[in-house]
Amino acid sequence: MSAPLAQAAAPAAPVFELLDVEKVYQVTRPAGFLRRETRGLAALDGVRLRVPGGSSTALVGESGSGKSTLLRVLLGLTRPTNGQALYRGRPIAEARAAAASGFTRDVAMIYQDARGSLNPRMAVADLVAEPLRHFGLCTAAELPARVAELLARVGLPGDVAQRYPAALSGGQVRRVAIARALAAEPSVLVADEAVSGLDVSTQAQLLNLLADLKESMGLTLLFITHDLGVASYLCERIAIMYLGRIVEAGPTNAVLEAPAHPYTAALRAASPQFFAPIAEPLPGEIPSPVDLPPGCRFASRCPRAEADCQGTDPALTSLSPGRTAACLHPLATGA
Amino acid sequence: MTDTATVAPRARRRSTSMLRRRPFFTLGLAVALAFALAAIFAPYVAPYDPTFQDIEFMMTGPGAQHWLGTDSYGQDILSRIIFGARYALAIGLCSVAIGALGGLVIGLAAGLSDGLVEWLLMRLIDSILAMPSLIMAVAFIAILGQGVDKVIIAVGIAMIGPFARTVRADVMQVRVQLFVEAAGLMGVARLRIIWRHILPNVVYPLAVQVTIRISEAILVSSSLSFLGIGVTPPTPDWGLMIAEGRGFVSFAAWMSGMPGAALAILLIALSLVGDGIREEFDPKLRDGA
Repeated sequence: MSAPLAQAAAPAAPVFELLDVEKVYQVTRPAGFLRRETRGLAALDGVRLRVPGGSSTALVGESGSGKSTLLRVLLGLTRPTNGQALYRGRPIAEARAAAASGFTRDVAMIYQDARGSLNPRMAVADLVAEPLRHFGLCTAAELPARVAELLARVGLPGDVAQRYPAALSGGQVRRVAIARALAAEPSVLVADEAVSGLDVSTQAQLLNLLADLKESMGLTLLFITHDLGVASYLCERIAIMYLGRIVEAGPTNAVLEAPAHPYTAALRAASPQFFAPIAEPLPGEIPSPVDLPPGCRFASRCPRAEADCQGTDPALTSLSPGRTAACLHPLATGA
Repeated sequence: MTDTATVAPRARRRSTSMLRRRPFFTLGLAVALAFALAAIFAPYVAPYDPTFQDIEFMMTGPGAQHWLGTDSYGQDILSRIIFGARYALAIGLCSVAIGALGGLVIGLAAGLSDGLVEWLLMRLIDSILAMPSLIMAVAFIAILGQGVDKVIIAVGIAMIGPFARTVRADVMQVRVQLFVEAAGLMGVARLRIIWRHILPNVVYPLAVQVTIRISEAILVSSSLSFLGIGVTPPTPDWGLMIAEGRGFVSFAAWMSGMPGAALAILLIALSLVGDGIREEFDPKLRDGA
């Protein structure tokens, strides 16, 4: 098996490893008068991903590409219907259930909806202290100082501690969520659009913070984002998802400079540039995963589709050391 | 700095007292408190003994001697209303407490369980809700017998259904929230999640419900005694007083009218208090602004 993202030296088992993970949801939909039919919707369709310890990986894709489902599988919130999802060599469900594995403490999550992930009836100080109390990380006497330290680390003033989430701005709530995620001193940080929708200066501040933490604490980072700029700043490696599958993976800068997959090239072209007109967007909508076309799933929107693309489903193959793409006619990578 | 600037106006607005911002709430609270104080200090406030029969002043209209008049036994109506407030408030508070507690337990269990347990609990709630609370209370009185304590139990059980329904709806809404999932992700035990994350988000809306439903409980208990199956005479109960005056309404309207007015005023005051509390503390109404 070709290991898509395994280039960094990883003597031990990688933090996360997905082996052909599939997740099929059963959906019912009307089929004529008073009739319903049940069909499988493959949110994930054979995903292979390796996240070695200490690495930083960006997961990029359109809405509906299966990023969030992938995240739920990684966190053990849903079980894959097929394939294996491993955390340090153990199935994730098993690792979550076993208290000794430390999964719950090691893996911290920053939700996209930061406000929703904070209990509105708890003050900020209690919210940040909850992981500290739960894992018994410090004594009751040390608690206020530790909370203040965590808040200061994410750039929040000390008086925020007594407020409730409803009284905080979006950027502040996001920072509280990050402080809370860092409280348990995790070794793996999974962030779902952690900086999207923030103003640029706040975004830069948080990205710098995450980059610092990555350096100083040796965090393994898995960053889900729409923003290729954020991905290239923070993450060494990038994986591009399209319709439940990873279509291209490799070192971030190499992939973004010379995409091999036409979809990556289209994403790259669609992200706005300074002093340049917006490029033509991709034609068409992302097809419904319920009735996928045969052959390459991107063929219906691909500007370079050829006859064989309609019939053959390309597998994720290695192009050059460290780079993989699922395309029958990859663009020249220049490597 | 921008962050603190956006927060400041809200903090300032909250610092002005709720009493000043909501005049109707304040009025309702003042009236309800007056009733409560009169009830607590009834022996000192009431001008006469509520069961003292003044033969010389039978069925006299409101005047200097008896401010609100007397009934057909010559009992002072004002004194009876003041002592009656004791029963009305005690029955209202205690039965709502029973209803809220029972509703919280059943609603929490129904909202958190699934499968057969949830089905059974929901059918139990449905069966309580199938009958209006007055009919339900009548049924329980028939089983338990008459008396103030029996009325409290009967009205309380009759209120479990509506409380359980709202608690369940709130629990179902809260348990799918991200912060509950996040706590589970952290490995927090289920009971602790319920206690720390689900319960506080359910209890506040329940407290608002309580303030609104006290008036309903008082109304049901008065209806019971009006029908003659609640508390027994000569207890100075408002419902009973209205029932006693019913036959003399054409020429001694004050006999039913005075306790009826007392009941209406208390219910309106309690509703105003309940509405004010709901508008002030309901996060949906507040955060939407």
